[in-house]
Amino acid sequence: MTAGTALGKDLTGLEYLSPDQIRLILDTAEPFKEVSERPIKKVPALRGKTIVNLFFEASTRTRISFEFAEKRLSADTVNVGGQGSSVSKGETLVDTAKNLEAMRIDMVVIRHGASGAAQFLGQRIRSNVINAGDGKHEHPTQGLLDLLTLRDKFGRIAGLKVAIVGDVLHSRVARSNIWGLTKLGAEVAVCGPASLLPRNVQELGVTIIPRIEDAIQWADALNVLRLQLERMQGGFIPSLREYNRVFGVTTERLAKAPRDLVILHPGPMNRGVEIDSDVADGPHSVILPQVTNGVAVRMAVLYLLAGGSPDWASAAGKGEDH
Amino acid sequence: MSGILIRGGRVIDPARKIDEPADVYLLEGKVEGVGRNLGTPAGAMVVDASRQVVAPGLIDVHVHLREPGQEDLETVATGAMAAAAGGFSAVCAMPNTDPVCDNQGVVGFVKAQAQRAGKARVYPIGAISLGQKGQQLAEFGELVGAGAVAVSDDGRPVVSSHLMRTALEYARTFGIPVADHCEDPTLAGGAMHEGVVSTRLGLKGIPSAAEEIMVARDLLLAELTGGHIHLCHMSTRGSVDLIRRAKERGVRVTAEACPHHFSLTHEACEGYDTNAKMNPPLREAEDREAIRQGLKDGTIDVIATDHAPHHYDAKEREFDDAPNGIIGLETALGLAITELVTTKVLPLPELVARMSTIPAKIFGLPGGTLAPGAPADVVVFDPAVEWTVRPQEFFSRSRNTPFAGRRLTGRASVTIVRGQVVFQRPD
Repeated sequence: MTAGTALGKDLTGLEYLSPDQIRLILDTAEPFKEVSERPIKKVPALRGKTIVNLFFEASTRTRISFEFAEKRLSADTVNVGGQGSSVSKGETLVDTAKNLEAMRIDMVVIRHGASGAAQFLGQRIRSNVINAGDGKHEHPTQGLLDLLTLRDKFGRIAGLKVAIVGDVLHSRVARSNIWGLTKLGAEVAVCGPASLLPRNVQELGVTIIPRIEDAIQWADALNVLRLQLERMQGGFIPSLREYNRVFGVTTERLAKAPRDLVILHPGPMNRGVEIDSDVADGPHSVILPQVTNGVAVRMAVLYLLAGGSPDWASAAGKGEDH
Repeated sequence: MSGILIRGGRVIDPARKIDEPADVYLLEGKVEGVGRNLGTPAGAMVVDASRQVVAPGLIDVHVHLREPGQEDLETVATGAMAAAAGGFSAVCAMPNTDPVCDNQGVVGFVKAQAQRAGKARVYPIGAISLGQKGQQLAEFGELVGAGAVAVSDDGRPVVSSHLMRTALEYARTFGIPVADHCEDPTLAGGAMHEGVVSTRLGLKGIPSAAEEIMVARDLLLAELTGGHIHLCHMSTRGSVDLIRRAKERGVRVTAEACPHHFSLTHEACEGYDTNAKMNPPLREAEDREAIRQGLKDGTIDVIATDHAPHHYDAKEREFDDAPNGIIGLETALGLAITELVTTKVLPLPELVARMSTIPAKIFGLPGGTLAPGAPADVVVFDPAVEWTVRPQEFFSRSRNTPFAGRRLTGRASVTIVRGQVVFQRPD
């Protein structure tokens, strides 16, 4: 029943979607934006569907965003975390998956520390699997909400110049952005210390800009990645202070930009490390619109994977309140 | 005891540069004679080898048999049976068992288990360091006295250059090779080869340099000491270059390559297939090509499997958490013929040399030839038969192979060890 949706069975990464599928999700998200603006934020599109949010890693933004998306579509949801569940008793992912399957759930949203965990799960259960971030691999709904936010701001993705700044090596957000942006025709550059750029990253269709000053000269938008504080202990950078000095996105640096740059950040931010507070809170930041769009994009993904027809999305969005 | 007459095959004995149709007669555990139309001696069992190759039994200098300690994965008996089914008459068992094979007790136990099994011969390899901890040298004299044929801390690199130097010097006393698993642990520690595929999959990569740094070090230490370094499972083009140059200088180095490294690339890890997870990892197409060229020009001396059994549920998990290694004994010959002989990298006699004659020579083992008086260790294989890899039919206790479903050319039909048929494939 689920395999024949417009997106296939699972959403594990933007690498595996066609440009048309990505555009379909973004277009489907448009009517869902409006649902969240209503006094009664609910449509019946996923009534009777059961969804498990399986979060093996800590998450605030993504988990809550998915939960709101599910609830606003009237799905029944259960949240399972790593702690206090059978996972903390040493249950393997495959056993967890089989037990969920046995309960006849419709969808699983999974966040996991291991790259490939969402695909692993998707290959082993019939339910739809949505990747809410797997290790350093992909975070497709984050990539989609970034695309939607850029499209809102510029009216297009094709031809945009987007620089992804920071710890690309460990970033699933970076990978999903690279796939999504390049598939929709944007030019993508990565910028950061070479110790935090993945091997052969140019082969993914991006250019490397070694200095942040040059990235600011080049780009229409910067997607500033979170610098995990443990990267210093890992020996990838000398110190957070030095990182801010050399790669930080600061007002002074932005003042030299030839045009107004749009600033994205997937959060949570380390203010004063990868991004200065006055930039994060400044007029060109779309960091909070990103969060708002996150709910709409996730509603679109859930709706499409549940077999919802793209043509009905507007109807579902405008459906009766209750 | 009556003999075995292997009739009508293509006899390949690289040690004597023989490649011709002939019969082979085995008597009382030895090769009695090789020649045309030997007739049928009274009471001899006849093996029809028409359209087949008759060669000295294959010898694998690098397997993990998991016994003692992890008998649920493999035992000496199941491993020796898998070896026989793959055409191997002898294998060398790495010492990373539990307990570690760092004393005569474990060496003797492995030998006793092999004798009890009565399949392929099993030669234990002793540990370089006690407990493979990389600190104190194991007692090589005791290990060799009990039957060890080499020393290695395989599974782990020898991190201390001083310890490796000492091992190479001390091993000279006994004339045994020191086999090293080349990996700089401060640079490795990833789940697959570092390259565009690891970048896409978001997996931590192991750069080729992690292997090459240790290869370079070991070559320098072999040069310093005059000891015999044997480099295990070479996987990178840089390693092949380093070895080639060292051999030109006369360094006492021998090297092995595994079938998976001349057959597959890191792209086999796509989809997070844990059966493609191994250490050293599958590398790039250029590396695979360099390994083939290294085998062709002799830079790489031998083919060894690094047969590494794992339980299916250990592999049925997240890529990061799955153990390294694949089984190889029952696919090695087919992969070698398919990937090296049919592609004209190696002529068939040269392949037999790399899988039998040269392994015997560099590890100082009996066999590797069909010269009269040599041990009656023989493989009869069909170099043209096509077959499909079905892990469920393996004799190994484990099933972890990335080659399931692959069509291969060439497979052992009969394996004879000490003049006894230890494996005969049903028609």
